[in-house]
Amino acid sequence: MTVLSVENLQTHFFTDAGVVKAVDGVSFSLEEGEVLGLVGESGSGKTVTGFSILRLVDPPGRVTGGRILFRGQDLAKLPDREMRRLRGNRIAMIFQDPMMTLNPVLRIDTQMIEAVQAHEKVSKAAARDRAVQALARVGIPSPAERLNAYPHQFSGGMRQRVAIAIALLNGPDLIIADEPTTALDVTIQSQILAEVQGLARETGTSLIWITHDLAVVAGLADRIAVMYAGRIVESGPASAILTAPAHPYTAGLLGSIPGHGRRGDRLTQIPGMAPNMAHLPPGCAFAPRCPRVSDACRATAPEVTETGAGRALRCLHPLTEAVA
Amino acid sequence: MSAPATNPPVRADRLPLIAGLLAVAAVLALGLAPQWASLPARLLLLVLSVFFAARLLKGRMKQFFNGPAAWFAAASLLVLVIVALFAPELSPQNPYDLAQLDIMDGRLEPGGTNFDGSMTYHLGTDEQGRDILSGILYGLRVSLMVAIVATMAAMAIGVVVGIYAAWAGGRVETILMRLVDLQLSFPSILVALMLMAAFGRGLDKVIIALIVVQWAYYARTVRGTALSEARKEYIDAARGLGLSSRRILFRHLLPNCIPPLVVISTVQVANTIVLESSLSFLGVGVPITRPSLGLLIANGYDYMLSGQYWMSMYPGVALLAIVASINLVGDRLRDVLNPRLRR
Amino acid sequence: MLVYLLRRIAQSIFVALAMMVIVFFGIYMVGNPVDILISPDATPAEIEATMERFGFDQPIWMQFLTFLGNALQGDLGRSFVHGEPAVQLILHYMPATLELAALGLFFSVLIGVPLGVYAGYKSDRWQGRAIMTGSIFGFSLPNFWVGMLLILIFAVELRWLPSTGRGDTVEVLGVRLSIFAEGGLQYMILPALTLALYKASLVTRLARAGTQEALVQDYVKFARAKGVSETRILFVHVLKNIMIPIVTVLGLELGSMIAFAVVTETVFAWPGMGKLLIDSILTLDRPVIVAYLMMTVLIFITINLIVDVIYTLLDPRVRISGAAS
Repeated sequence: MTVLSVENLQTHFFTDAGVVKAVDGVSFSLEEGEVLGLVGESGSGKTVTGFSILRLVDPPGRVTGGRILFRGQDLAKLPDREMRRLRGNRIAMIFQDPMMTLNPVLRIDTQMIEAVQAHEKVSKAAARDRAVQALARVGIPSPAERLNAYPHQFSGGMRQRVAIAIALLNGPDLIIADEPTTALDVTIQSQILAEVQGLARETGTSLIWITHDLAVVAGLADRIAVMYAGRIVESGPASAILTAPAHPYTAGLLGSIPGHGRRGDRLTQIPGMAPNMAHLPPGCAFAPRCPRVSDACRATAPEVTETGAGRALRCLHPLTEAVA
Repeated sequence: MSAPATNPPVRADRLPLIAGLLAVAAVLALGLAPQWASLPARLLLLVLSVFFAARLLKGRMKQFFNGPAAWFAAASLLVLVIVALFAPELSPQNPYDLAQLDIMDGRLEPGGTNFDGSMTYHLGTDEQGRDILSGILYGLRVSLMVAIVATMAAMAIGVVVGIYAAWAGGRVETILMRLVDLQLSFPSILVALMLMAAFGRGLDKVIIALIVVQWAYYARTVRGTALSEARKEYIDAARGLGLSSRRILFRHLLPNCIPPLVVISTVQVANTIVLESSLSFLGVGVPITRPSLGLLIANGYDYMLSGQYWMSMYPGVALLAIVASINLVGDRLRDVLNPRLRR
Repeated sequence: MLVYLLRRIAQSIFVALAMMVIVFFGIYMVGNPVDILISPDATPAEIEATMERFGFDQPIWMQFLTFLGNALQGDLGRSFVHGEPAVQLILHYMPATLELAALGLFFSVLIGVPLGVYAGYKSDRWQGRAIMTGSIFGFSLPNFWVGMLLILIFAVELRWLPSTGRGDTVEVLGVRLSIFAEGGLQYMILPALTLALYKASLVTRLARAGTQEALVQDYVKFARAKGVSETRILFVHVLKNIMIPIVTVLGLELGSMIAFAVVTETVFAWPGMGKLLIDSILTLDRPVIVAYLMMTVLIFITINLIVDVIYTLLDPRVRISGAAS
């Protein structure tokens, strides 16, 4: 059953320097229990996509178009009250920097109990019990005592576990994880990754894993969507994308992962810089950096084409064979 | 929203503007003072003030007038300054001239007339039969004059001390800034009260007290700005060109201290008016012979509880109007001239 | 830390001594107390006797040493008017001022924080702008004028609250206070509100700036993502974060509150040490003026010291730079 279906989502930022189309026509859908890896460079609009689903885009940003169907219900049209009831309850989110997500002056128990009580009329003691269980589930030792601590008494990895525990508190149908491991040490990263994967599988929760690192989602995601300059340029089953990327940008991303190719191969890199979102070129946004660019690319932006086997692509000159 | 680092340094060619501003403010204070300035001189003065205010905001008018509050404040400030400047021509009576007063007209209600009906007291009279409206116009003059003179003098002292401290550095700077910190750690009203307790009342003494209270504020601001400007590359560039210290000081450092000074001194004029009126209200400010707004309010205060509100109410409204309009204009100036001071 | 503390205390003592010198030479050299103390038709012998009793016949530095020695023993002379020791007089009037300042501080938080938080929340809307413009009026209104207006409205017109005076007091720990007395609190409301207004504007601005800053933090967004209500976000998550700077600033402002009480007490005929000061200035009762000044300087220095030390304890960055300098 489809949990989430995003259709032609558009989120624009109305700044003094002009309109920035941070998300410009993004579509994807997510089945129950499925893990979607949303991949792209910083500034590609992947985080804004996550916030748009939860309607947490701060001004001057605004969702200007498209539909966000959550279990058939259009979130964009939901009244604020109902939207608040969904947040943290049916759809939860984990943020990038665990140092910033927990309120520094409130104890952990306050921040966990309020997350329970925001959605259910339960006693403080019952909410506390739930919090203890959630902390235990994400592997925090002696959770009942740790509840009384302040965030600064935890390490970064522990704080991210607390944030994950908060996301799990109300048994959501969907968790949006926005680069939750980027700010952590490498050893902690893989632990957290494995834990979230296990928990999501255990509870049947769908997961959107936002990251700039294809290697992270390689072992995690069922499907992958690659974003560039506010658009999804390529999407499809994870194994297919990773072994046979069709978009030059995806290929570039894969090429710049160490150890992905055979030993002795040079690491390739994508030339140029991420585009200025306020002044995008008229045609394909990737054109200035693309090795396969033609005049047609610079004139018109390519439309989405279905290429079979659940894959979709925005490119006039796709790679016909895999680059290793 | 853009990064503050992009703020371009003020160019030295704005010095004439700055000098003009200071000159106009100084003459404005004098024009408000006694009957020295003739009518044409005061008219010229008004035109010059408006001209320089417009020059200061050149190219930023739209930003300044961003809402009804800004329009209202600017308009009411202009009206009040005009009224204060031309008080002798506008007021129906000279409230300082005891010969014009008739004790029989004492404590008349607003709209009351004198014995032969030749004069209407639109805002009533006080216990000596003085027309409240005339008292307000002259009182506004006194309040504005005292505040502008004290603020200008304090700014001059503060700028000299601040720049000198920043330039000298070392022990001199430490001692001067300790003095500034000491002065600023005590509330202005307390210091002013003590000085007035020592001096006794009088226009000149109020002005001195108000200068003593304020100078440290400017010294701190100027030193801070000068230090942060001195660190920027263009000062290094000027040094590299072999320019003399004095030239760097006056042509490069000083002009950049001006925007914050304009903002602060505007607000300080308002604060000084409030402080002077408080001192006068307490009976230790201006002399009874030249009442400011604060003293007028104090004089009428005894009658207020018996329902004769007009004697302190109307001067109070005038006081509020002048202080609030200066403060609102100052607030707009802060946003327009000095994005660094925002929030 | 101990070194820092000791140095800070030594600094405070030095400031107190410096103030004493300034105060003595400032106040004691102006005016002629003999004129106040002695009736115009007194005999030269009477004048002589009075001069001697107060030490006015001695050279100025002797007068200062006498003054300093006495001051260190808590003796700042006798009031010319009341005939009581000046310090005792001040101490007698001080509780009334302190309780007024405390209630004023409380009111300023009560008014300023909700307004500021709301203005920060709606900073781009007309509500936020209106509150900020209003706070400028709060800065603009002279203390005595506000007091007058409040008396006119609430005492003269509406007759809800008494206009002037102190009302009943009760003795708490040996000090007579109105704030806990049934017939006393109503007398405090108007003067405390008057005193609070300026600080309330200050608190409003602080709270707004803090709220604006806090609202863009990740923890607020995360709280929203948890489904927590906006009210709870504002008044739990944001408020807790902005209260630390506000309380610090207010601690420092307590001193100026006491100073500004001079005006408020005069308007409301509140028998505190501010009113005592004005009466003393108008009658040239110099020992009382000096005693007032020394006592407030002492209060100020103590408050600054306490706030500094507390702040140092709270903020590790301050602690390090304080030890290094």
